[in-house]
Formats: sequence, structure tokens, C-alpha cells
Amino acid sequence: MSGTKAYPVSGAERLDPDAARGEPLYLSPVTAGFPSPAEDYVDRRLDLHEYLVKNPAATFFLWASGDSMIGADIRDGDLLVVDRSVEPAHGSVVIAAVEGELTVKYLARKDGRILLVPANEEYPELDITEQEDAVVWGVVLYAIHKVTPGALGAR
Amino acid sequence: MRSTKSPPALWALVDCNNFYASCERLFRPDLIGRPVVVLSNNDGCIVARSNEAKALGINMGEPEFKVRDLLKQHNVAVFSSNYALYGDISNRVMLTVESLVPVVEQYSIDEAFVPLDAALAANADEIARATRERVRRWTGIVVSIGVGTTRTLAKLASEIAKKGDGLCRLDAGSPETEDVLARTPAGDIWGIGRKSALKLRMAGIYTARDVRDCDNLKIRALLNVNGLNTAFELRGVHSIEMADAPISRRTIISSRSFGARATEKEALEEALAMHATLAGERLRREKLRASGLAVHIRTSRHGNGPFYEQRANVSLRLPTADTRELVRAARQGLEAVFQRGYSYAKAGIMLYDLAPAEGGQTNLLELIAPPARLHEKELMAALDAVNRRFGRGTLRFAAEGKADAAWRMQHSRRSPRWTTVWDELPKV
Repeated sequence: MSGTKAYPVSGAERLDPDAARGEPLYLSPVTAGFPSPAEDYVDRRLDLHEYLVKNPAATFFLWASGDSMIGADIRDGDLLVVDRSVEPAHGSVVIAAVEGELTVKYLARKDGRILLVPANEEYPELDITEQEDAVVWGVVLYAIHKVTPGALGAR
Repeated sequence: MRSTKSPPALWALVDCNNFYASCERLFRPDLIGRPVVVLSNNDGCIVARSNEAKALGINMGEPEFKVRDLLKQHNVAVFSSNYALYGDISNRVMLTVESLVPVVEQYSIDEAFVPLDAALAANADEIARATRERVRRWTGIVVSIGVGTTRTLAKLASEIAKKGDGLCRLDAGSPETEDVLARTPAGDIWGIGRKSALKLRMAGIYTARDVRDCDNLKIRALLNVNGLNTAFELRGVHSIEMADAPISRRTIISSRSFGARATEKEALEEALAMHATLAGERLRREKLRASGLAVHIRTSRHGNGPFYEQRANVSLRLPTADTRELVRAARQGLEAVFQRGYSYAKAGIMLYDLAPAEGGQTNLLELIAPPARLHEKELMAALDAVNRRFGRGTLRFAAEGKADAAWRMQHSRRSPRWTTVWDELPKV
């Protein structure tokens, strides 16, 4: 069983979290030819915003409230990074506007129905197939929370 | 400044529908379908209405107290202006449009001109459709897009688009354009105000088509060179540059891409001071004063460096048209947004919350204003006269110190600053 490892962010990958997935690098390492104008700025302090926000025009921050998504690791008080430009799919965590409120739920497509599904059995699913005013507002990409020190007990 | 290169084949005007009211609804789906109005901060006049509010017969500029009963009776949602929100959403709309076309000239807080060269013009309808869809999707704001041979025709097309399905195209000389010009009153043309429309009527010129077909000398005699330019634009000849464009009564924008990238704060400071000065001139020419100033800086979207873009709103202590105060506010805004290490491509300012300089309600604070303000009008008039005579920038301001804490506007019914203040982000 492999444990959870931590490794330092380094090189060009730090500028693009997608780099590891083989997507194009934001900055390419310069080896020859004319220096890239960007080269001057490679040593800039890391900017978390750059990491979290891929599309500034379409990205909004919202606070999570309540425990209906606890099973999706979204806790009360989390900061949600929501991108409206991302296409919602079956299984996406979405912000939906339902009955005049914004809510965070899983989006599910089942037997031709569109459902909003909580990640907590104490809450009901919501079938929005016929609800004309229900819309998917955006797709949640990150939930940020403070790590709480645990009770170690007798260990 | 007339550029020597050939004008764009087509223009598009992207115009946000009921912009302030739409911003108020973005995080409040419960307001969809309910009438919404937005009040100006200083005098409580209605400055924006949703379609439902328009249908109730609530007029633009009307003081809130005059329609208070009506507002209550119809459960109208009433908001103080929330420029932090409107400015942020406006920025997002502009960025979104820029993701589809190479050049965007912001014209007001909720409008932008897009020049389309021959290659883009060939796909103008498709670009317009895609822009409309993407802006709605990314920002939640619905826009109307007018496409035309000139800015004036594009602007007219956008007005028609707003009343219809959101898209309209007016090519000079097309049968549809002919029809539209024949039924558009001259006073509805971009840049022709009430006074000009009256002059035209007296001379037997009633419609946009009459203006277009009017003799050059005659229109020039009636409305000077601006009227002549408008006639040319209606004929399909590009004649109005951004710097000479009639101002929108809502916001004044001065903004420009740099010739070369700027990395130092001083360079941005100079650019912003210049924009504040230009905007101040326009403000005074239109006999308006501003209560707020927004600073906007950004890197290039198409460069290979990291992207950074930020804006700041500065509330002015009192409504002002004083270049010194505008420059000071611009510096203050820059302090808030500048980050070292980026290669900036563009800087600009926007003046908002505009009100007539004369005849408006007097703010109590003006009575206790420092004596320097008393000379503001004379000083600015002298400044403008010198600069008119000897050229822009002959007389300008040396850098000034920091302003005092900004006077807070009254905004008792302002919605949360949903996108710019941590404590006010929406909860879900």
C-alpha cells in the first residue's frame, strides 16, 4: 500500500497543474534561439490564483454552506472555485439554481432524467427534468478548506 | 487621429441587456422574473431597470421617492448601485468577447465595439452568434449584438437586436437597412441628441434616411462636423473614431494598449494619468461630474507570459470633474492592483456614476469642501482652453500625493459585492 506523498512543485509544471496530464505547458523551457519575453518572469512568486483559475472571465468563488456534499469532500465553510465555461457532465459537482436558490450538488443523468444528487444520504435527490427554472449555473472545480489538526488520541 | 490603414469591413457592437439589473440577478436566481431597479448612489434616481420594471412604466432617471408606492405595490427589488459588482462583471464580459476576436474597444461599462476585418467579416453572423452564446454561458449576462458597415450602423443594429432576438445586421445599402433607416427617427441615431433632433426637424429632416441623404453642406451647417460624420456613417463610410465617439451618459472610458509592454509601475502611472486627463476633458465637455473611477490593468492574452488582470474601484469623496482628483484616484487605484513581475499590455480608466455638473442636487459635503474646490471650475476651464489651443497635454499635472481615505458613498440598499469581497461571496 502506498502512502500519501508530498513533493515540491518545481520547474515548468508548477505553472500548469495540467502539465502532468500531458497537456500543453503554459511556459516552455527556453533552450536556444531568442529568449522568450516570458523568461524574465519565471522566478516570480507562485500565484495560487494562476493554479486555480484557468478561465478568469468565467471563474467565480462561492462559499459552501451545510453538509449535503460531505461525501464529495465539500465541507461547510469551504471555498468553491466555480467555472461556468466547463461543460457539465454526468457526475460533475455543479452549482445549480433551483427554486430561486443556488445550491451545490452532483449532476446526474439517469434514464433520461436530470437529477441533482447530494453526497449525503440524509438529503433527498432532486429531479429537475421538468423544472424549467432550474439551471446548471457552473461547475465546481476545487473546494478549498483549512486542514484541521486531528485528535491523535493514545497514539 | 485618423489612421492611414483601411477601415474594418464591418463593425459589431456588443451591448449587455439591462446590464446592472442582470448583474443583480446573477447570484440571486429568486429575482428572475421579478422587476428590478437600481438607484444612483448620490441622489436616489433610477439608473437601471429590468424589462419587468420597464413594463411597469418606471422611467430612467426618475427619483425613487416619486415611484415609491409603485415599487412597493409590485414588489420591485430596489438596489443601490454596486459598482464593485458591475465593474467586475463588465470586465468578464469584455474578456470573454476578447477570447473570440482579436480587437475589442470597450465603449462603456456594458458596450464594446468590435472591428471585423475582411476575413472575420466573412463570418460575421457566426461570430456574433458565438459571442452571444459564450458571454451568456461564461458570465451569465445576455448581450445583444448589432453588426453594421460602420459604428453608427452597428449601434443602430444593436438597438433593433435588443428588441428582437438579440442579433441584427445592417449593411449599408441593403433593403433591410433602407427599411430601418426610413422608420428610425433622427433623434434615435447614435450621437444625435434631443437638441440636434429638434434642429433637424425644423429643417424638415425627420428620419435616419433623411439624415443620410441630406446635402453635406446643409447637415454640416445644422450640426457641424459631427453631424456630417454621422451622415457619412449612415451611408456606410467609416468616419467616427473612438476618441470622437459620442459619450455614453453612463460611463466615460479611456483605455489603450501600450505600444511596447510595460513592466514598471511608473510607466503604468503615466499612462493612467494620461487617461484620467483625457477622461476629465470629456467629462467637462459634457458638463458632467463623476463619483467613481475604476482602474484597469492587464497583460496580453496572446503573449506567452503569465496572464494577469486586475481592476480597482475608487470612490471619489465628492462628485468631481477635476483632473487633479481624477489623477489622484487613478494612482490610488493603481496602488491597489499593481503587481511586480508582469508584462503589462494595457491600462485604462473608467469614470462612472456620472451626474450633471450643474442643476443636480447639491451634496451637503460640498458646502464644507476645502477651498481649493472653489477654484476647480476656473482652473479646469483655463486648463482646457490652453490644451485646446496648444494641443493636448500642453498643461498637465505633476504627480500628486496620496488621497485621504475615500469618502464613502451612501449605499444602504447595495447588494453584496458578490465577486470582489471575501465576506460577501455567495453561499451555496
